[in-house]
Amino acid sequence: MRLSERWLREWIDPPGSARELAERLTMAGLEVDSVEPAAPPFTGVVVAEIEACRPHPEADRLQICRVHDGSTTVEVVCGAPNAASGLRAPLARPGATLPGGHAVEAAEIRGVASAGMLCSAAELGLSDESDGLLPLSSGVPVGADLRDALALDDTILEIDLTPNRADCLSVLGIAREVAAGAGSGPLAEPEVPAVPAVHDEQLEVRLDAPAECPRYCGRVIRGVNAAAPTPSWMRERLRRAGLRSVSAVVDVTNYVLLEYGQPLHAFDLDKLRGPVHVRLAAPGEPLTLLGGQQVALDDDVLVIADANGPVAMAGVMGGENTAVDTGTRDLFLESAFFAPQRIIGRARRYGLHTDASHRFERGVDPDGPARAAERATALILELCGGEPGPLVETASADHLPARRPVRLRRERLASVLGWRLDDAVVEGALAALGMAPETRDDGWLTHPPGWRFDIEREEDLIEEVARLVGYNAIPEVRMAVPMGLPRLPETRVERDAVAHTLVERGYFEAITYAFVDPEWQRRLLPDTPALPLANPLSSEMAVMRTSLWPGLTAAARHNHHRQHERVRLFEIGRLFHGGLDDLSQPMVVAGLAMGPAMPEQWGAATPVVDFYDVKADVEAVLAQTRDAAAFTFASGEHPALHPGQCARVLRDGEPMGWLGRLHPAHAQAIDLPDATILFELSLEALAPARLPRFTPLSRFPSIRRDLALVVDEAVSVGALTAAAREEAGDQVVEIRVFDVYRGKGVPKGRKSIAMGLILQDYSRTLTDRDVDDVVGRVVRRLEGAFAAILRG
Amino acid sequence: MAADHQAELAALSREAEDAVAAAVDLAALDEVRVAYLGKKGKLTALLKGLGRLPAEERPAAGASINRAKEEVTHRIAARREALERAGLERRLAGERIDVTLPGRGQERGGYHPVSKTLRRIEALFAGAGFTVADGPEVEDDRHNFEALNIPAHHPARAMHDTFYFDATRLLRTHTSPVQIRVMERDGVPVRVIAPGRVYRCDSDVTHTPMFHQVEGLLVEREVSFAALKGILHDFLEAFFEKPLAVRFRPSYFPFTEPSAEVDVECVICVGDGCRVCKQSGWLEVLGCGMVHPAVFEHAGVDPEQWTGYAFGMGVERLAMLRYGVDDLRLFFENDLRFLRQFR
Repeated sequence: MRLSERWLREWIDPPGSARELAERLTMAGLEVDSVEPAAPPFTGVVVAEIEACRPHPEADRLQICRVHDGSTTVEVVCGAPNAASGLRAPLARPGATLPGGHAVEAAEIRGVASAGMLCSAAELGLSDESDGLLPLSSGVPVGADLRDALALDDTILEIDLTPNRADCLSVLGIAREVAAGAGSGPLAEPEVPAVPAVHDEQLEVRLDAPAECPRYCGRVIRGVNAAAPTPSWMRERLRRAGLRSVSAVVDVTNYVLLEYGQPLHAFDLDKLRGPVHVRLAAPGEPLTLLGGQQVALDDDVLVIADANGPVAMAGVMGGENTAVDTGTRDLFLESAFFAPQRIIGRARRYGLHTDASHRFERGVDPDGPARAAERATALILELCGGEPGPLVETASADHLPARRPVRLRRERLASVLGWRLDDAVVEGALAALGMAPETRDDGWLTHPPGWRFDIEREEDLIEEVARLVGYNAIPEVRMAVPMGLPRLPETRVERDAVAHTLVERGYFEAITYAFVDPEWQRRLLPDTPALPLANPLSSEMAVMRTSLWPGLTAAARHNHHRQHERVRLFEIGRLFHGGLDDLSQPMVVAGLAMGPAMPEQWGAATPVVDFYDVKADVEAVLAQTRDAAAFTFASGEHPALHPGQCARVLRDGEPMGWLGRLHPAHAQAIDLPDATILFELSLEALAPARLPRFTPLSRFPSIRRDLALVVDEAVSVGALTAAAREEAGDQVVEIRVFDVYRGKGVPKGRKSIAMGLILQDYSRTLTDRDVDDVVGRVVRRLEGAFAAILRG
Repeated sequence: MAADHQAELAALSREAEDAVAAAVDLAALDEVRVAYLGKKGKLTALLKGLGRLPAEERPAAGASINRAKEEVTHRIAARREALERAGLERRLAGERIDVTLPGRGQERGGYHPVSKTLRRIEALFAGAGFTVADGPEVEDDRHNFEALNIPAHHPARAMHDTFYFDATRLLRTHTSPVQIRVMERDGVPVRVIAPGRVYRCDSDVTHTPMFHQVEGLLVEREVSFAALKGILHDFLEAFFEKPLAVRFRPSYFPFTEPSAEVDVECVICVGDGCRVCKQSGWLEVLGCGMVHPAVFEHAGVDPEQWTGYAFGMGVERLAMLRYGVDDLRLFFENDLRFLRQFR
């Protein structure tokens, strides 16, 4: 909410500057977002009146205005369309400085002397745009300095109110808050005398839905001049609150809304037919709103209706067909209380948000309508003339919100705050807030005022007391807590350990959005249905990810397009699998590597990364389980991956991830290098780790035998070594594959696998015979199972 | 006779010493050794010739030959050592490298600054006995709103800009639903923090549709607002590693009461006023409060028996302040030039 400081200070005038006032509000929980001048600096601008206008002889769109500035009459050339005889407008005299440092001098414009410049609101920095001179009302004296005449040396406080403090959405509300604080001085609430009726005419009001509208004040005002101008002082206050001037009657209702927080509505009485009903809409009932929007109402929407149907969406917006216009003669003024539960969400449903709905949904003082109606009547009479009828209140006492007393226990207050306050301090705070505290044995019974919708239970009062004494007065306490040691499971691979391994192996951690481009994801994972957002921000962020690869590949492309040849990224995050009713949200770790396998460096070749480089990284992650033997890599098929370079990662035979090269067609589609390697592993499947278990060290030497075996291309090394290991028995402690050779000496379609067998025994030194025996067995097994041929 | 012998020995000794000195390498030196001390060496031959001397002269002559042999042996050893040392020095000189050349091998990667910040926050609270709790990112309306005292149509909902899947399923807008999940699952007392991703349907210079929060919840028989003030002040000073003024401002969250926003003295300008703190000298970094009784009731906890505090912080904001990052959007572009700065 935006508010003029001067307006507020008419009600409550605490010592100190605008900044200090802002600080006071902020520390009371009404956060002031900004403190801005009501007008930018300018000098030398006075109120002038145009006495006559004649066309400029050399320019069609310019006029020569004879202008009286209070002391002299001068001629000013002006291009504003609304420049006309009788108009009062700001005149920047020669020597004036306008916002932005623009100096005004006497000038000759197309051959005609101009003694200054008539100004628009925009030229004075009072609005972003203008379509003519700033019109000043007749109450503004000619010759006065404009800054004084419009009280422009003012500040605008922008207050960010929390939704519980609807009572502060007005000058009155904020003034009350300031007054409750210490050292603010008294609240000078202006008297609002009842306006006596000069005739009996009234419009009958029927509360058909008394729970939704338990109080409705209406008044007929006849013979108004709806075309009367709004005085400059009111326009200025509205402007500083961020409201545009519309017409005198509407401006008055807005002014009173700002003053008291009570939304009002004025109907054109001649356009209303018969008694007014406050009722729920019939399903689909049509209403044309102000501004022309046509809506079909739901049956839970409260309306004001006449004999022809709805004329306003209660508490939200009036109807077009009964709106006040410049020809309106007779008014029907509405000032009502609508229950928040019936207003809440309705405006939003129709794409509306009005000053009225904003207040009614949060709660308006149910005792406020009559006062606001009297105030508005007085202002309308002042501005537009007219004859008021009686103010008629229709109410259903049973349905008015009852303000239940709320208790506050002394002990509870002390225990929640951790601080014991003197009773007098508590009582003072409660009384300052209008809670009318009554002392009880264990504390107080309070009677919250009608405007404090938010005070319902003890905690609400605790907060109020704390707020008033000041949160910063409450001491800081270090809590004594029972000692206890944390749990540090050694049989789990924590995600941090996974991240650490990858970081040490050259990967940078990425964080990508959990919603991705459905097109790209569908291309990579066509068989996995993705959960769509009902209201995505954009079509590129429309579905939840089913893999981290769409995000990582996009991040890699971002870097690739910024001359990063070598990219290694990983991410740890959730995937979203299944539909809404069988959704799983597993945590996975995924990685991407492209470009040289090693950073470019001297003295070492840096070949492009391949499957096996990244496999080593994956194996390093898996090794943290100390259960490396449980993991296998099986040739697999994944739509995102190269069909010949794709492995399913299994733990104890159960699939737990993928490793492979991005399918070249996808790489081309997203403009990534051909060799982009990806992996993704389930963190849950990865988590169980083995506790290290000591085995004794052999005191006897180990012996190594190397074998080179020629096998068919189709034979996998994994199968070969597995068979060798199985055949070799306990004496073979390790099998190392140290070369794979194709070429001269090996027939086409076959390959030579070189492996080293390392043998060792725990009880004795192995002899050549022992070794020959084991090696012979292994060779025979491989010859038999894989048609392997021992190379000489 | 004896004089002849003496003269011959002296000549031979000088000759041998000259030969040792003239040996340019170990092989030449070895030849010298063989020539004078070997089985057929010249000094060895002299010993063999002792028999031709009169018996009374033999001991003295033998002793002088042996002294001469020792002398030569000693010189050879010294020469060998000198040659070896020279050889090693030549080799070492040839092996000199440029130590300023960069090292070889894989480079180290790095953690994302948001992760670094999360880990730091977790570690700080772990020190006070908080354990880490987790919750789903696709949440239901009940946990994200209802149970947190934000019923349907509550104005606070409008502030959350929620991503929905259907009428009741959504992306969590804060980590607060973990409060409910933890109390439902484990009951009370509770001492947890819940770090994680949250989502809001908002994107501009200062908002990204996904960001991170850390929620904290402590429920005990008696917990006070004063204790909440204590832990948060301690946390902020520990996080920024310096003494900092902190202020608590009344605010409103449906799930806490009293509720507060916590401002910390601007860590950039130290309270003088700058662009980051919008000239106020304060930075809003946390929201907190005492757990609202309605939240306890939703989670099946008796608010007369238990009290608690809760707090929530934006991780990106803390990371930006800690590391001086001035554009939120950089966190999710994953540009290596950015990521490299936080290894």
